[in-house]
Amino acid sequence: MSILIDKNTRVLTQGITGKTGRFHTHHSAAYAKGKRAYVAGVTPGKGGQKFEGIPVFNTVIEAKRETGANVSVIYVPPPFAAAAIDEAVDAGIGLVICITEGIPVLDMVRTRHKMKNTSTLLIGPNCPGVITPDEIKIGIMPGQIHKKGSIGVVSRSGTLTYEAVDQLTQLGLGQSSCIGIGGDPVNGMKHLDIMRQFNDDPETEAVVMVGEIGGSDEEECAFWVKENMSKPVVGFIAGITAPAGKRMGHAGAIISGGRGTAAEKIKIMEECGITVTKNPSEMGITLKRLLS
Amino acid sequence: MNIHEYQAKTLLAEYNIPVPAGLPCMSPDDCIAAAKRLGGDLWVVKAQIHAGGRGKAGGVKIARSIEEVSQYAHSIHGMNLISNQTGPQGHTVKRLLVEEGVGIARELYVGMLIDRSRQQIALLASTEGGTEIEEVAAVTPEKILTAYADCESGFNQNDLASITEKLGLEGCSKTQVIELFNTLLQLFIEKDASLVELNPLVITPAGNVIALDAKMNFDDNALYRQPEIRELNDPDEQDPDEIEAAKHDLSYIPLEGNIGCMVNGAGLAMATMDIIKLYGSEPANFLDVGGGASVEKVTNAFQLMLKNSHIKAILVNIFGGIMHCDVIAKGLITAARDTHLGIPLVVRLEGTNAEQGKKLLADSGLSIITAKDMADAAKKAVEAAGEMA
Repeated sequence: MSILIDKNTRVLTQGITGKTGRFHTHHSAAYAKGKRAYVAGVTPGKGGQKFEGIPVFNTVIEAKRETGANVSVIYVPPPFAAAAIDEAVDAGIGLVICITEGIPVLDMVRTRHKMKNTSTLLIGPNCPGVITPDEIKIGIMPGQIHKKGSIGVVSRSGTLTYEAVDQLTQLGLGQSSCIGIGGDPVNGMKHLDIMRQFNDDPETEAVVMVGEIGGSDEEECAFWVKENMSKPVVGFIAGITAPAGKRMGHAGAIISGGRGTAAEKIKIMEECGITVTKNPSEMGITLKRLLS
Repeated sequence: MNIHEYQAKTLLAEYNIPVPAGLPCMSPDDCIAAAKRLGGDLWVVKAQIHAGGRGKAGGVKIARSIEEVSQYAHSIHGMNLISNQTGPQGHTVKRLLVEEGVGIARELYVGMLIDRSRQQIALLASTEGGTEIEEVAAVTPEKILTAYADCESGFNQNDLASITEKLGLEGCSKTQVIELFNTLLQLFIEKDASLVELNPLVITPAGNVIALDAKMNFDDNALYRQPEIRELNDPDEQDPDEIEAAKHDLSYIPLEGNIGCMVNGAGLAMATMDIIKLYGSEPANFLDVGGGASVEKVTNAFQLMLKNSHIKAILVNIFGGIMHCDVIAKGLITAARDTHLGIPLVVRLEGTNAEQGKKLLADSGLSIITAKDMADAAKKAVEAAGEMA
């Protein structure tokens, strides 16, 4: 088992004919069972073409009807990305993974409002994507650092997620699924939503939760963990040295009005029973110690 | 992106939100001319910088004569204003705003921003105008009233009526404030704002509503569709190194420490800063080179970091995923040669072809210190910087 995606997932790429879409669809299809998983692409006006044998359609609804795709991954440029999410939601796609960075925040406020009362789940935007090792990779993460196993990983950032995964793999701890939820202030699934799924997944034994400064998602997740989580959780929060009022790369990573500091997040996570390491090179070993 | 108070007030006026009559000025002479043009017998001379806390720092003065306008304009123009928001180095005042004086019966706080948890636009209002809202939020959170809006449906008008009730407003000022809330939302949405603060919004003795101060931030991701807002950018208000970095598609923030760090990815960059501190030193900067660490980008990044006078060593931490480590290593070697790097360079490369990358660095003839993981890199960088000091 795993969460969100597995070897039976059928993926369509929105923006498949663009440079980024082509590059990452190629690498994702080459990973594990990817060849069978990547069934369709969508680019308006390019319907009828093929990309490496994958049929391209003009619309998501058409692609879904013709191929049975149930997950969409989006590599559409920022000005059009929110509309691409809307299209996938309208077509009834079950899970949308939006990789695009730089979407205007009010576009996401509109899109999230439209998504209320629909059953579509959203990962991202501005995220590396989702991977279930040895089965399927949907996103831009390097597949080869992952190893199949029972540790769930959830994170707001890209390369820091790879760092956590790499440490686990080096220690022989494989992963059930790794989820990059993205660094934007208004996004889809939060730490809390992913933690629930890991808790319910019989194959996941423990979770590494990687957060960063800004917002209160980590705190909300920690409160839930305290009341509900039946599995050990290790946490790390990036940005203990970040100055207030400065946006640290990610649109969502900013300490404003004295809120969203790393110290505050770490304190609450520890109070809620999460084992927090302040050393980013010890995420893996901290979990290993906790399990033994 | 931030804009000046006078620019924010021009925007408010475009939306028919009342602001005091005023004129932006670039010199003390401008200020005197502006005061004469505005007329009356009471003026306010205000420093225009992007940081707040100007009043307490001596950047806002009330003048009762043209002579006083001249006196205050001369003292404020060119002054190095140090407020609780400028940082200890302060900020030079180059622009001023001269306004007519306004009679004040009451001062309110009004703010609008994106609420991340609710994923809606939030209106904040309080009777505690003029003070810092963070203090009010910390000490008396019950004094902050909120309402939420979606882009299409706007505010629930009952919520707004309830807020004005709790603010103790009556009659024409109540109607005006409700209208102002709705108009402010329209501006917020149409201009892709990320923060609007009117602090204070004042009620005059006659019951009229005027925005006495205004602060606005805009969503950087939306500037491509806001050409008018883009025009308001004042490069004098930005750190020149940050402007330079943005030109090269680097995300760079100079800091106070002595270990420069260059990392791919914002989260890993913050974590690298944190681990430097953990091993006993302080980072000299935040620097995210993003996904493609090309020779040109790495060279630009090195040049930027070297401008920082207290830098004693550089730590490069790259997790090469899709990008191969041997390619990154070649870039680092070229950049180190081209910039004549005179300080220790510690490199941690991980990911695809990491071994080949490390070998290239070792064979380069340059004194590059390689590290096996993040902790090792931080330790070695802290040691190397210590030896340089």
